[in-house]
Amino acid sequence: MDVTGWERITPTEWRIAPSGAMRVPAVLYADETLLRDMDDKVREQLVNVATLPGIVRAAYAMPDAHWGYGFPIGGVAAFDPRDGGVVSAGGVGFDISCGVRTLLTGLTRTQFLPQQLAVANELARAIPAGMGRGGRLHLSTAELEEVLTGGARWAVAQGYGNEADLAHIEENGRILHAKPGCVSARAIARQRDEVGTLGSGNHYLEVQVVTAIQRPEAAACLGLALEDVVVTIHCGSRGLGHQIGTDYLREMVIAAPGLGIRLPDRELACAPIESELGQRYLGAMRAAMNCALANRQVLTHLVREAFARLLPSAGLRVLYDVSHNICKEETHVVDGVERRLFVHRKGATRAFGPGHPAVPEEYRGLGQPVLIGGSMGTASFVLVGAPTGEALGFSSACHGAGRNMSRTQASRRWSGRQVVKDLAERGILIRSPSMRGVAEEAPEAYKSVERVVAAAEAAGLAYRVARLEPLVCIKG
Amino acid sequence: MPSPPDAPDWELYAHGADVGVRGRGATLAAAFEAIAMAVTAAITDPAGVQPRTRVAIQCAAPDADGLLYEWVNALVYEMATRRMLFARYHVRTEGTRLDAEAWGEALDAGRHEPAVEVKGATYTDLCVTHEGGRWTAQCIIDV
Repeated sequence: MDVTGWERITPTEWRIAPSGAMRVPAVLYADETLLRDMDDKVREQLVNVATLPGIVRAAYAMPDAHWGYGFPIGGVAAFDPRDGGVVSAGGVGFDISCGVRTLLTGLTRTQFLPQQLAVANELARAIPAGMGRGGRLHLSTAELEEVLTGGARWAVAQGYGNEADLAHIEENGRILHAKPGCVSARAIARQRDEVGTLGSGNHYLEVQVVTAIQRPEAAACLGLALEDVVVTIHCGSRGLGHQIGTDYLREMVIAAPGLGIRLPDRELACAPIESELGQRYLGAMRAAMNCALANRQVLTHLVREAFARLLPSAGLRVLYDVSHNICKEETHVVDGVERRLFVHRKGATRAFGPGHPAVPEEYRGLGQPVLIGGSMGTASFVLVGAPTGEALGFSSACHGAGRNMSRTQASRRWSGRQVVKDLAERGILIRSPSMRGVAEEAPEAYKSVERVVAAAEAAGLAYRVARLEPLVCIKG
Repeated sequence: MPSPPDAPDWELYAHGADVGVRGRGATLAAAFEAIAMAVTAAITDPAGVQPRTRVAIQCAAPDADGLLYEWVNALVYEMATRRMLFARYHVRTEGTRLDAEAWGEALDAGRHEPAVEVKGATYTDLCVTHEGGRWTAQCIIDV
């Protein structure tokens, strides 16, 4: 992307003043290299978001921003219902409540490595991954409705995990005000066999090792030490969330003219928060959020079973679970005044600073954990929300590296088998049902996650705590 | 089983994080048949999918763009709930209504090695055009 037109506020903050239909500025956090590597569509999409009714303060993009649908991936925008603010199905996306959960194993690399191969094979067998692979659960409509209101709490009540897990999940594992009645029969039909499945694309389950600690005190508080082994799960609300996105995107596109909303891009389809359609979407979206939390909870149980068979001394405590495709009702201070806002984070992670009451008590002094995913050969990071993040971007940070190459380019450039072989030589075992899928997700198809998290920290969004590298990766 | 159609004119094209699908044809129906092949190709090599079982699909929308959105999403839904892949399509359109048959087989992960799962059609880059006697249908699919 050309830097022309961007005003450089700091080395990692760029701004476009409002013009034309823009109601607020567009603000992007990235260093110059990251910004230049971004597609021009990021600017176009961010400017479009800035035109939406009721948007507050600015349309933001995080350092991993890339071309998305309507909103850029890595986009953050908050809306005030009292100013005609909107909720956007496109602004949340198809993979509602896609997120990351990290589990502490209590094992060190030395303790894990003798069983690395066995664990890779056992996880590949135990974790349903890839298109068409259903899970262990086959749920009726009534049971699914319980999932959609209960979230991870439903899963724990069924024996998949324990009460202690819930304290380390956003909203304690259950999103309130979910409305299963606002979810279509098609969405329910797509989910019957999919609770406890990983999915495909960029979703994964990894066994990782801590290879660097940037903030020792924060790491100790989170239970992380150098050479510790953790398990990280990246997935979302599966077919149910995808169908809810499809259903409401269609409905909002058709309804927009009647609601007096002019859409610069159909994918920005939205409805006033206070409208009947807006409220129905929020009810369905929250149901999908509970579905995602239940999904990651059941997967956690499957990981625990696999480890119990091979490494029974592993503890597998939940470090944290955070979603990065969401719209949440939150209180923020804007120009010195507290306001209830609906914050969209699409490919962006909530990153409340120290002292925020939504952060689990034992982490509250640090700030909210922010779990940043890598891809197979690349590192992942654990960060915590910075106190400055509130004023900079409604307490938000990046969510991953972001692609720098399309899937079509990646599958032409690399062979999946060669990627698996090369990574095995580096001590990383990949298990996937699709070699083409592995090629499309090759580590080099992504931007440097190191540069992304460094920019997030330099901008004051979040602080790096620990760097993780994969030992085993289950790809869908 | 339907007779093999003329080689459908489809392609995948690059998008930042996902995949673009495009189909062309002499009629709107042929373009829709072609884009459906592109959807299959985003997942697996269509040549490896046998057209053994027929699935009937109907959809309607206020306009041609809307019909494309409905058609691709209907395919996504049928693939997901039936756990099938499709290799051949026969589409009839009347105005903005569509009546189709998709022929395919049960997904076999070992044989088909599905690279991705399609979450849905998006409105990004979505359009139906008619120029120089050829119809083109395209959109980005979220994978």
